[in-house]
Amino acid sequence: MRLTDLPLRQPAYVDVIDWTALSATDGQRLREFGLIEGADVEALHHGGLLGRGPIACKIGRMTIAMRRAHAAAISVRLGTRDEQA
Amino acid sequence: MSAFPLVALVGNPNAGKSALFNALTGARQKLGNYPGVTVERKAGRLSLSDGRPVELVDLPGTYSLDPTSPDEQVTRDVVLGRQTGERLPDALIVVVDASNLDNHLRFALELISLGLPTIVALNMVDLASRDGLELDPAVLSRELGVPVIPTVAVRKRGLDDLREQIEAVLSVKPARARAEPGDFQTLRAEAKRIAKGAVVRETPSRRLTAAIDRVALHPFFGLLMLLGLLFIMFQAVYAWSEAPIAMIEGLAETLSGAVSDALPDGLLRSFLVDGVINGVGSVVVFLPQILILFFFILMLEATGYMVRAAFLMDGLMARVGLSGRAFIPLLSSFACAVPGIMATRTISDPKDRLTTILIAPLMTCSARLPVYAVIIGAFIPARNVGFGVGLQGLVLFCLYVAGIIGAMLVALVLRLTVTKGSSGGFLMEMPKYQWPRPQDVLLGLWQRAIIFLKRAGTIIFASTVILWLLLSFPRAPEESGISQVNHSIAGRIANGLNVALEPIGFNRDISLALIPAMAAREVAVSALATVYSIDAGDDEAKLERSLGDRLKDNWPLPTALAFLAWFVFAPQCISTIAVTKRETNGWRWPLFMVGYLFALAYVAAGLTYWTAVAVGLG
Repeated sequence: MRLTDLPLRQPAYVDVIDWTALSATDGQRLREFGLIEGADVEALHHGGLLGRGPIACKIGRMTIAMRRAHAAAISVRLGTRDEQA
Repeated sequence: MSAFPLVALVGNPNAGKSALFNALTGARQKLGNYPGVTVERKAGRLSLSDGRPVELVDLPGTYSLDPTSPDEQVTRDVVLGRQTGERLPDALIVVVDASNLDNHLRFALELISLGLPTIVALNMVDLASRDGLELDPAVLSRELGVPVIPTVAVRKRGLDDLREQIEAVLSVKPARARAEPGDFQTLRAEAKRIAKGAVVRETPSRRLTAAIDRVALHPFFGLLMLLGLLFIMFQAVYAWSEAPIAMIEGLAETLSGAVSDALPDGLLRSFLVDGVINGVGSVVVFLPQILILFFFILMLEATGYMVRAAFLMDGLMARVGLSGRAFIPLLSSFACAVPGIMATRTISDPKDRLTTILIAPLMTCSARLPVYAVIIGAFIPARNVGFGVGLQGLVLFCLYVAGIIGAMLVALVLRLTVTKGSSGGFLMEMPKYQWPRPQDVLLGLWQRAIIFLKRAGTIIFASTVILWLLLSFPRAPEESGISQVNHSIAGRIANGLNVALEPIGFNRDISLALIPAMAAREVAVSALATVYSIDAGDDEAKLERSLGDRLKDNWPLPTALAFLAWFVFAPQCISTIAVTKRETNGWRWPLFMVGYLFALAYVAAGLTYWTAVAVGLG
């Protein structure tokens, strides 16, 4: 499922990231935040009253906010897995 | 340039770098700009234990040496010794957040590979242990091959150790060779391995921050909290500033009284009283409001709430093609567009940033308030429209809203035309909440006050002098019955200008007031006062009437409404134009901004006037 559909506060991990759907800068920033294939991720908050705002999620001990367009490029699976960095 | 050793503070954003910089240098800081770019250079002096001074420079926070914004580029160029106007640092202090080692160590490894003498400051160890994370600095130091000092910048812990280490690394000449840093994946894996090895004890993270965020980021309650905070902020800007403003006004009055008594009536007295004291004084009067607003903004930033506010507003901003980050500069623009436009530096996407700069003047700044207050007081009856809401307050609120809606519409149009392109989006780290050190907040306020007063003493002083000259020359022949204002250069320009402004209901007096109001909007009020006091001549009955009453005598209601509509949009501020020129590196965008704002102001005033006349308000 996509990160946009991930239920809040459920442990999950990144399965595949469609880097082509992200600009080079955004892709770089996501990698710098540690958001790469295999990373543990947890959706924490959805912004916006109508559900169109950004998504806040936990990567490691960090919380980052991204737009739904970024989150839609990230496929996740429920559960945990040790990162294969 | 000083010959002292240069030490640079580098690190990820949110690693507590600026707090560490403040703690190490105290108030001995110098703000400047890197040549050719609009990136602020923050430098300070630090004394080693033997009294030797060291120059410390605080580089913009960045995630890697692969820059995505002008700020980040400066950081890369400085540590590589490529930045014009900066030497290659003699040593680096890499600041890392103890509770975010996986990420921060990757950048630290990249920096260590540069081969400069390096110290790692393991910062915010208190927040990490609050979160249940204990680390072993000795293990880290062994793995990284450089000294690692645990610090808590906001509590001034670890600073002496850090100073000692700076001394130690500076006395040894560069021992390590420059190595090629590994690729991203390798560095990341390495960082993760080192971070894991340094952990002594770890429990699940961020309980306090997570608990606050459940409310602060809630789609409904979070928004309610944000609106509540903004309401308190705007109330405070007006409520807390009354006493200090009265004090400054009293001071200006005393001063002009003293000058009037000391000097004979004449040009010099007029210059000092009308030009210097009243001109500069009318701007300095806004210092308390600006400081109160900055107090809130600094607090919101230092506690970590500002990013949450941007998160809540991003959905709305996205619809007009802006980034959630634009919310912060736009909020500052309610005090004054100048710091607001300077705050757009944090927006990495150039088109996002340009759009934000161009709409910043539409946020109702504090200098417009005196104009609104005088006109509303004179023309809008103080009656209750129900539910305890006064009509005057409602009109004022509508003027603020008109500015915001105008800004959103303009952003939408700009994003489809001149700043077309994909939006840079919104991708940021949410720092942990923390209580700022009062000294840091006070230092920030002090720096803002100095910048503001410097501006008042230079740009505003200069324009005031020029306007005074234009109003005072050529001298009207005595006993001729011609008013000095009408005879002056400014008066003649106003009469010419009035040809263009008559169709939208403006009279000559308004045209005249608009010229000095270019320097600062609130000058419109004092200019009108001057015009009508000269008009009154020796007629004592007329002289005793207040400015509001005189406006009522001279202006039909549609004219007054059109004047209000004009001020919602008009770019009447030389400082804003100047800062736009500086931040966009040229005249193209400030001229575009002035053009579109004047066009909007003209249309808005015209529509208001014609509608008011048509419905019979005139």
